[in-house]
Amino acid sequence: MLNTSEILATIDMIKEQKLDIRTITMGVSLLECAGEGAAEKIYDLVTRRAERLVTVGEEIEREFGIPIVNKRISVTPVALVLGEAEDPVRIALALDRAADATGVNFIGGYSALVQKSATRGDLRLIRSIPEALSRTEKVCSSVNVASTRAGVNMDAVKLMGEIIVETARLTADRDGLGCAKLVAFANAVEDNPFMAGAFHGVGEGDTAVNVGVSGPGVVKRALEAHRGEPFDVVAETIKKTAFRITRMGQLVAMEASKRLKAPFGIVDLSLAPTPAMGDSVAHILEEMGLERCGQHGTTAALMLLNDAVKKGGVMASSSVGGLSGAFIPLSEDIGMIDAARTGTLTLDKLEAMTCVCSVGLDMIAVPGDTPAATLSAILADEAAIGVVNQKTTAVRLIPVPGKGVGEWVEFGGLLGRAPIISVHPESAASFIARGGRIPAPINSLRN
Amino acid sequence: MKAIITVLGTDKPGIIAETSACLYCYNLNILDITQTILSGYFTMVMMVDLSGMTCRFDEIIDELTRLGERLGLEIRMQRSEIFDAMHRL
Repeated sequence: MLNTSEILATIDMIKEQKLDIRTITMGVSLLECAGEGAAEKIYDLVTRRAERLVTVGEEIEREFGIPIVNKRISVTPVALVLGEAEDPVRIALALDRAADATGVNFIGGYSALVQKSATRGDLRLIRSIPEALSRTEKVCSSVNVASTRAGVNMDAVKLMGEIIVETARLTADRDGLGCAKLVAFANAVEDNPFMAGAFHGVGEGDTAVNVGVSGPGVVKRALEAHRGEPFDVVAETIKKTAFRITRMGQLVAMEASKRLKAPFGIVDLSLAPTPAMGDSVAHILEEMGLERCGQHGTTAALMLLNDAVKKGGVMASSSVGGLSGAFIPLSEDIGMIDAARTGTLTLDKLEAMTCVCSVGLDMIAVPGDTPAATLSAILADEAAIGVVNQKTTAVRLIPVPGKGVGEWVEFGGLLGRAPIISVHPESAASFIARGGRIPAPINSLRN
Repeated sequence: MKAIITVLGTDKPGIIAETSACLYCYNLNILDITQTILSGYFTMVMMVDLSGMTCRFDEIIDELTRLGERLGLEIRMQRSEIFDAMHRL
């Protein structure tokens, strides 16, 4: 039987409220390519496995009438398959060519997992990141520097500060764009379909189809009908909306998995904003009654949102995974951009917000002369939050070469634009120079 | 396999006739149809059976899009599962 109002509500969500499948990401294991000559083997394997990914994505998009914004590939952390004599940058170039050949817009997994300690291969890969990101267009890189079980690898934290600075320098002609494709994680997840932090974990199979759903606009619109009502109603409304969105993601994921003949992995229900009007996570928080994102009350509002999204999602799909929650990438969210411009949203408040949302300090432009040690210290803070709270946190900072606080940077497309915000001027050099490891936290006596 | 066709726009004579004729050309069977005027907008929703379809799914979508452009209407065809997934347990 036809239910016109439900059908029209769905169409309105897609058409007016920007509901979309943010990404179909195909995970490809590279473990069989390990050793010498990996670059050629990787190119062949990735292009073979993901040959139909874009075509299938477009077919589903058309038949179901739901936009699928990105088609992407994630691969096994490259450090794990790097041969002793292999130049890691050759692999980055091979991945970039594979991305071009398959038509995907990003390929993630130029990565190393060094939460406890780094192998020689890990270090070679990490040191090659600036060159790799400056010589490729579509390769994304991530490094996991901490975990709840291992603690924080402060040597890796120190190194990553330097790598971020060098990546910005080598891509200075594009306002440090290389840094927008580089994430440092604590507690990185193995099935995240979202860039720049996607990689295909070692616990995964040969391939997996992971789907990331979005829809901040749908949540905001649903809340508009409940202005002034208690938070119980807000939570319930978000939960129901998240349920609907996830069900759609699950449907698309199952269909993509069937057509690609690759196992279905997870649905990642993340409210991922874009710079477009009506696609903002900050505006959801403001709909709850805040004057502007970043003011007092923001952390509480974000906690409610993140939690309700997860609750709705897990009811809708038994394979919810990835990062699932709310993203707060500054340059990609029109409401956050406005809040940063007026000074309401600061780096310190963003850090507090990352304690309760699904990721971390994301797409934040900082002054180009920010010292590496300061970037490392920001990363250390963020890693500490993740490690002690048993959650994923991440840092994706862009020290924009030649620009200072208040100036603007344009990354274009989904990466958006942002005002450069200030960091604390005090030196963290002595703190970061210590190196070593911050031990794993105790998991009892929690208060 | 079933699909939902939605037609939205300004009312005028011949919308149902033209849409049904287009579907008939490709042997799509109309299972259910409802139409109403919502805030001055003509709104028609159809459920069609695709099992006897004589062409590819996206060819009909193209044909319906062209028809919509000619009549000044928005015509969509989507697989019905998406609506079931979002609104039915």
